[in-house]
Amino acid sequence: MPLVLNDDQQMLRDAASGYLAENASINSFRELRDSDNSDGFSHQLWQEMASMGWAGILVPEEFGGSGFGHVGAGLIAQEMGKHLTASPFMATAVLAATGLLDLGSQAQKEQHLTAIAAGKSLFALAIDEARKHAPEKTMLQAVRSGNGFQLTGRKSFVADGGVADHFIVAARTTGKPGDHDGITLFLVPADAENLTCEKTPMVDSRNVARLEFDGVLVTADAVLGEVDDGMSGLNAILDAGRACLAAEMSGSAEQAFAMTLSYINERKQFGVPVGSFQALQHRAAHLHTEIEMAKAVTLAALQALDAREESAWKTVAIAKAKVAQVAILAAQEGTQMHGGMGMTDAFDIGLYLKRVRVAAELFGDASFHGNRLAEQLGF
Amino acid sequence: MSDLKTFRTETRDWLEENCPADMRDGEKSEAASCWGGRKWQFSTEGQRLWLERMGKKGWTVPTWPKEYGGGGLSKEQAVVLQQEMDAVGARKPHENFGITMLGPALLKFGSEEQKREHLTRVSRGEIRWCQGYSEPGAGSDLASLQTKAEDAGDHYIVNGQKIWTSYADQADWIFCLVRTDSEAPKHRGISFILFDMESEGVTTRPIKLISGSSPFCETFFDNVKVPKENLVHVENSGWDVAKYLLTHEREMIGSLFGGMTGGRSLGEIAASEIGIDDKGWVDDPLLRAKLVQAEIDSMAFSTLLQSVSDRASAGESLGAVSSVLKYYGTELNKRRHELLMEVGGSDELEMSERNQDGQRARNWLRTKGNSIEGGTSEVQLQIIAKHILQMPGA
Repeated sequence: MPLVLNDDQQMLRDAASGYLAENASINSFRELRDSDNSDGFSHQLWQEMASMGWAGILVPEEFGGSGFGHVGAGLIAQEMGKHLTASPFMATAVLAATGLLDLGSQAQKEQHLTAIAAGKSLFALAIDEARKHAPEKTMLQAVRSGNGFQLTGRKSFVADGGVADHFIVAARTTGKPGDHDGITLFLVPADAENLTCEKTPMVDSRNVARLEFDGVLVTADAVLGEVDDGMSGLNAILDAGRACLAAEMSGSAEQAFAMTLSYINERKQFGVPVGSFQALQHRAAHLHTEIEMAKAVTLAALQALDAREESAWKTVAIAKAKVAQVAILAAQEGTQMHGGMGMTDAFDIGLYLKRVRVAAELFGDASFHGNRLAEQLGF
Repeated sequence: MSDLKTFRTETRDWLEENCPADMRDGEKSEAASCWGGRKWQFSTEGQRLWLERMGKKGWTVPTWPKEYGGGGLSKEQAVVLQQEMDAVGARKPHENFGITMLGPALLKFGSEEQKREHLTRVSRGEIRWCQGYSEPGAGSDLASLQTKAEDAGDHYIVNGQKIWTSYADQADWIFCLVRTDSEAPKHRGISFILFDMESEGVTTRPIKLISGSSPFCETFFDNVKVPKENLVHVENSGWDVAKYLLTHEREMIGSLFGGMTGGRSLGEIAASEIGIDDKGWVDDPLLRAKLVQAEIDSMAFSTLLQSVSDRASAGESLGAVSSVLKYYGTELNKRRHELLMEVGGSDELEMSERNQDGQRARNWLRTKGNSIEGGTSEVQLQIIAKHILQMPGA
């Protein structure tokens, strides 16, 4: 498929860009951050996004969604990345929708997908247990108990964990940490007994949580997909999230760079704009080149997911690794080129620096994905 | 769509019938290329036949118009042709700077007579072209070139010296930048002319490079007579032609460096040459990390190449993007060859029969020119800063 947007996709992007600029700009993010809203996003805004079809962007029409696919989801994420829009989009509309669509029973789909598309239900994916992403090292135990399972263990770095009404939880039903097999996915309501959720303040001021499962009981129909065979389904969910994060970071990189360029073209020292110095021009030109690659690999990853290519995971891994590096570079260079102003909270560049660091870490950083690629290539 | 399917079937049948057996090994190396021209010695009868047959169809230059010896194919048909050629492992029938550089410039700026005469001969592989751009005092600052063409009525008299003229000693004709007005500002006194390398007063001297080979020459012009009908475009407007041609050259150089070395990733080469540990990882963690990064960047760059080509097909105007490709592609290629040397260790530092007389080292040395020829990396960055980012004073 050619690496260009079709007319519908371009219209969606333009609509998202216009809506977010007006309603969910960086200033709205600052207001949220500095208010006492501990949810980290505006519920009213999410309702509006849902009515525009964003909450159901991956959900088929039969469940009330707009069925736009991963390219559509990525375009929205990209625009959100430009504006640093905080919303439950990735956790609910991308991760949960992918999981339910790929693995859900008819009953699970009917119950949850409709609610997701309507903006009435919020989900979060609970995977990580240690400081670095490693889904196969899942330790949280799910032991058979009566007609269901009992879950014991901890989860951390759960994006949107503090606001979700449901979690998709990866648990170990057999084997030992590190085994590919033996992982099972569960749908767990947030108000389940013996489940505690601690909202964790993050460097990017987004909503993340730690969860503690102290013998949480779930019934057998809480299983999402197959028992002991959760890894392949989980990978599909994660890849959807990784591509979405790549899209978000590519938007952030683009915007951080645009802001930086306009700053150095205005800021005068020695009687001239500092952007007239070759020392900065060549760094800016290099960054432009890197951002062009970031945009290209992002679109390739989203298209590969929509086409359900067998090698989609690889395209996604390249995108997540490369875009994370480019976005971090854009934020770092931006901070340096803003000089002293970049160190102040009043300037926006620091907000990008912080958000991009978190998005780069989520679901595997560049080293994690580089390593997967190398193993697949046989070295 | 069905038209394209018919075209595919017909193309497949034609290739099956006409591509000689020894031209089907998929070999893409420079050594295996057929450069054509008056001095060319065909390596085999198959190579001669392949050029002749493809030239007759116009498929050496598939998208050029038929009246100038091209195949008259649409972009889509040209893609199909390439796919079908790849499918049978067909070699490229013909390499020529007349195809990649002069052709696009003549199609845009040439007169009807020039197109008919020169493009047709390029398409049949009859004339091998070289490029007379750089001079000893005009490298990155190309527009300060001093080779002079004086008006002598119906012809010019050309005097001066060019350098880095690729394969000038084997070429038949040269497209050349000359100064026709020394009073005008430097960009405005340049003209673009064509002439026969057999003209009286032309001499060439190969330059031995650090790799040991001599693909480049110094080229001297001593009172060379060039008929005025060989002026392309308008006198003193040669810089427009030169810039247009450079854009094509940069895109071509950039797109040469997509990834893979002989079909294998750097990592695979390292795994087989250095060995792997019990995890299956290259047995040198710091080198492995560098290889992983190079693979990620190579794959990302290939995707960018595809994206640029798709956007061009969709009609997007891309401007200075050729500088983006040239800059990154050449820097990446240098990095890959540094890594290949690191992987190869002392075995590849030897220059003996064991390793084809140090082929890997020679390739590595050759790549050092990638980020210089066609405009240095620094010049490309400056073009990006000026034309794409529009930075002040760039």
